[in-house]
Amino acid sequence: MSDTFDLIVVGGGPGGYVAALRASQLGMSVAIVESTHFGGVCLNWGCIPTKALLRSSEIHHLLHDLNTFGFSAENISFDLPKIVARSRGIARRMGGGIAHLLKKAKVTTFDGRAKLAGRAGEAHKISITKDGAEVAIIKSPNVILATGARGRQLPGLETDGKLIWGAREAMTPTELPKRLLVIGSGAIGIEFASFYRNMGSEVTIAEVADRILIAEDPEISAAARKAFEKQGMKIITGAKVGPLQKGENEVSTTIESSSGTVDLTVDRVICAVGIVGNVEDLGLEGTKVQVDRTHIITDGFCRTAEPGIYAIGDVAGAPWLAHKASHEGILCVEKIAGRSPQPLHALNIPGCTYSRPQIASVGLSEEKAIASGHKVRVGRFPFMANGKAVAMGETEGMVKTVFDATTGELLGAHMIGAEVTEMIQGYVIARTSELTEAELIETVFPHPTISETMHEATLAAFDGPLHI
Amino acid sequence: MATDILMPALSPTMTEGKLARWLKNEGDKVSAGDVIAEIETDKATMEVEAVDEGILGRILVQEGVEGVAVNTPIAILVEEGEDVPAASSGQTPAIAASAAEPVAAASAPAPSAKAASPKESSERIFVSPLAKRMAKERGIALGTLNGTGPNGRILKRDVEKGGNAAPAAAKPVPAAPIAVEGDITRVPNSTMRKVIARRLTESKTQVPHFYVSVDIELDALLALRSKLNATAEENSFKLSVNDMMIKAVGLALKKVPGLNVQFTDSETLHFENVDISMAVSIPEGLITPIIRNADLKSLREISREAKDLAKRARAGKLKPEEFQGGTFSISNMGMFGVRDFAAIINPPQAGILAIASGEKRAVIRGDQLAIATVMTATLSVDHRAVDGALGAQWLNALRDIVQNPYTLVV
Repeated sequence: MSDTFDLIVVGGGPGGYVAALRASQLGMSVAIVESTHFGGVCLNWGCIPTKALLRSSEIHHLLHDLNTFGFSAENISFDLPKIVARSRGIARRMGGGIAHLLKKAKVTTFDGRAKLAGRAGEAHKISITKDGAEVAIIKSPNVILATGARGRQLPGLETDGKLIWGAREAMTPTELPKRLLVIGSGAIGIEFASFYRNMGSEVTIAEVADRILIAEDPEISAAARKAFEKQGMKIITGAKVGPLQKGENEVSTTIESSSGTVDLTVDRVICAVGIVGNVEDLGLEGTKVQVDRTHIITDGFCRTAEPGIYAIGDVAGAPWLAHKASHEGILCVEKIAGRSPQPLHALNIPGCTYSRPQIASVGLSEEKAIASGHKVRVGRFPFMANGKAVAMGETEGMVKTVFDATTGELLGAHMIGAEVTEMIQGYVIARTSELTEAELIETVFPHPTISETMHEATLAAFDGPLHI
Repeated sequence: MATDILMPALSPTMTEGKLARWLKNEGDKVSAGDVIAEIETDKATMEVEAVDEGILGRILVQEGVEGVAVNTPIAILVEEGEDVPAASSGQTPAIAASAAEPVAAASAPAPSAKAASPKESSERIFVSPLAKRMAKERGIALGTLNGTGPNGRILKRDVEKGGNAAPAAAKPVPAAPIAVEGDITRVPNSTMRKVIARRLTESKTQVPHFYVSVDIELDALLALRSKLNATAEENSFKLSVNDMMIKAVGLALKKVPGLNVQFTDSETLHFENVDISMAVSIPEGLITPIIRNADLKSLREISREAKDLAKRARAGKLKPEEFQGGTFSISNMGMFGVRDFAAIINPPQAGILAIASGEKRAVIRGDQLAIATVMTATLSVDHRAVDGALGAQWLNALRDIVQNPYTLVV
């Protein structure tokens, strides 16, 4: 086997393995180095296993609402280890699928940790170690760093694996915490809060900002808060969480906010306060690669300051989303192959939160659109007025559109409610293709679907909605 | 299902037209692209093509009917074996017929620049709906923009870049990435570059050019220009030689109208209007904004219009109808100190006049040697439409006008 490749990818997550597959498609010889498991956090400890858990919790919710649909059942119960086992099984299965895809694409895989080890002529050398011992040195003129990120540890809020959970512990509970405190209300915090609340835990969310889901349009944040509070969650914004006093099997703390001070005792705490990039031990010291607050600085085509070294996905900065990583992997590889990919447009990357209700958005919020100088037209449409949503018993939700009043550009779309994560792509296509309100209005949406709310929210911004 | 065929809009400004002739009868089978009728407007006669196939079920507007409003159903297209409705349902999806190239007809007086424009726009331009709308609002011609999206698609960012281009930017600034390899710098061709290449190649390979040159004495025209400019109050106008040449060419075309024509395979179109395209060099290439009815306008009007068009041409802000069409072109390189040159005809026009620098030369008057400011003008003509003698006759008419320039102001 040759030790020289056209491309070496460091990290086998959704950024790295997709980059490797695309490079193989384009005829490159590719090596990929992964230390733990293909699929990265997304597939093993993030997107996929949490969706499996959330599916269980949705079913749990429906089982307690059977009467609405004309059913009755008694003695409804669940087996938490089984729910967790299903989630783990799915993660394993998907990981196996990736190993198979890489093999089929003739990508050479290395099990170990990769570190840049200087140059050999034009090529970068990569040293691969396993359990502290060097197992191989490989070379390539092109190296993509796709090492991902991990949960941020704040002083005093460090996860301990028992009482204070990170994402891993939170998705492998052995028993349901009766009382749970979730610190942080980004997508990860909110999804865990939603899972545990739907399974029956008493959930408190503490968020340091003045509203939850800070990345979303404030109107959607407010609607989400209302929905979660209706489900019985306690939400404290502008929260300052005091020292965590760990007991035998519980944690006590004091949370200060503008609405007063709350003394809280819970069984478990989930800490979801952002992430940090995995930039350590990569051998970056000997290169021109620039790192800013744990993230590698790259240009529109994922190039670092060191020629031949690229970075994609979480390690290259926000938004920390698998689909952003994959897309960067593809465009980065195409650039290396001398093609003419389009640089990634941050405002065209959708964000999804799979709580109940779901939240999805793309582009600018209304306030950001105005702040950036747009004269806007805003449309809103509630699920309450949509036939399919009513028939489904999913009347909680809304769609909000933000258009430029002059050009008709869809500046942003913000959705909350059932299935919105499946629908947002319609607006993403509109933004990527630079459609205006005219094309959206011209589009025939199927009836009856919840997606009709997307049409109505567009009409609402211009001629006025029809069904309200 | 029965569909209505609607009266098409053959130009952006057309509101109604005359149904000149049906080329298909009721019951005839039509395929997409078949010419089914001819429509006359005040400016042109155009062919109407079917955009769908079927049977011409019923003709709703008979031949010779005038003032048919755009989008009025003119016929009903049905599928084979289908019953033909008596009248337009008004509810069936309507298929607007599409306009083809202008056709010549003895009765078709003056195809306007707009009617002749489909050729200009036949180069398919990929553009996002948003970019298209923004370009329209800003009055930027899509052909002047460089698409940087997938497959050269013009995107919002390209319009923003194009729209902000400073008119004063003298150096060409290619928007697309430039690949540098060794001694070669590769600059991707802009849409405009491609259009220029295609159209001029087409002209040089398909139009048999012939050239006639004449020396024209400019002293009288220059003297008149000085006098006229001296009368301008507070710089209200300042005529250039070019302004005066536009008017002179306009008058010459009126005097010898045989050059204000366009050749097509079956007919030669004779234009009533004299619409002069003037070549303006811009960073991306060149563009030919049009002075319409140049023979009828005053020098002052021509001067103002020419300045405005040239300025907006350089800023990339011309509207399509301001540079598409025209019946004759002028290319003026007088400012570059050239002695003479021959220009390539701007199709589908039949002639272009190349104007070189005016310079002091020795001339012979009677048997005396004298000094005069002389300019060599070279006419390029489409020999299919115009023969040599006529070309020479026209150049003589032009020389008479320039050398006796008072006709320019009378």
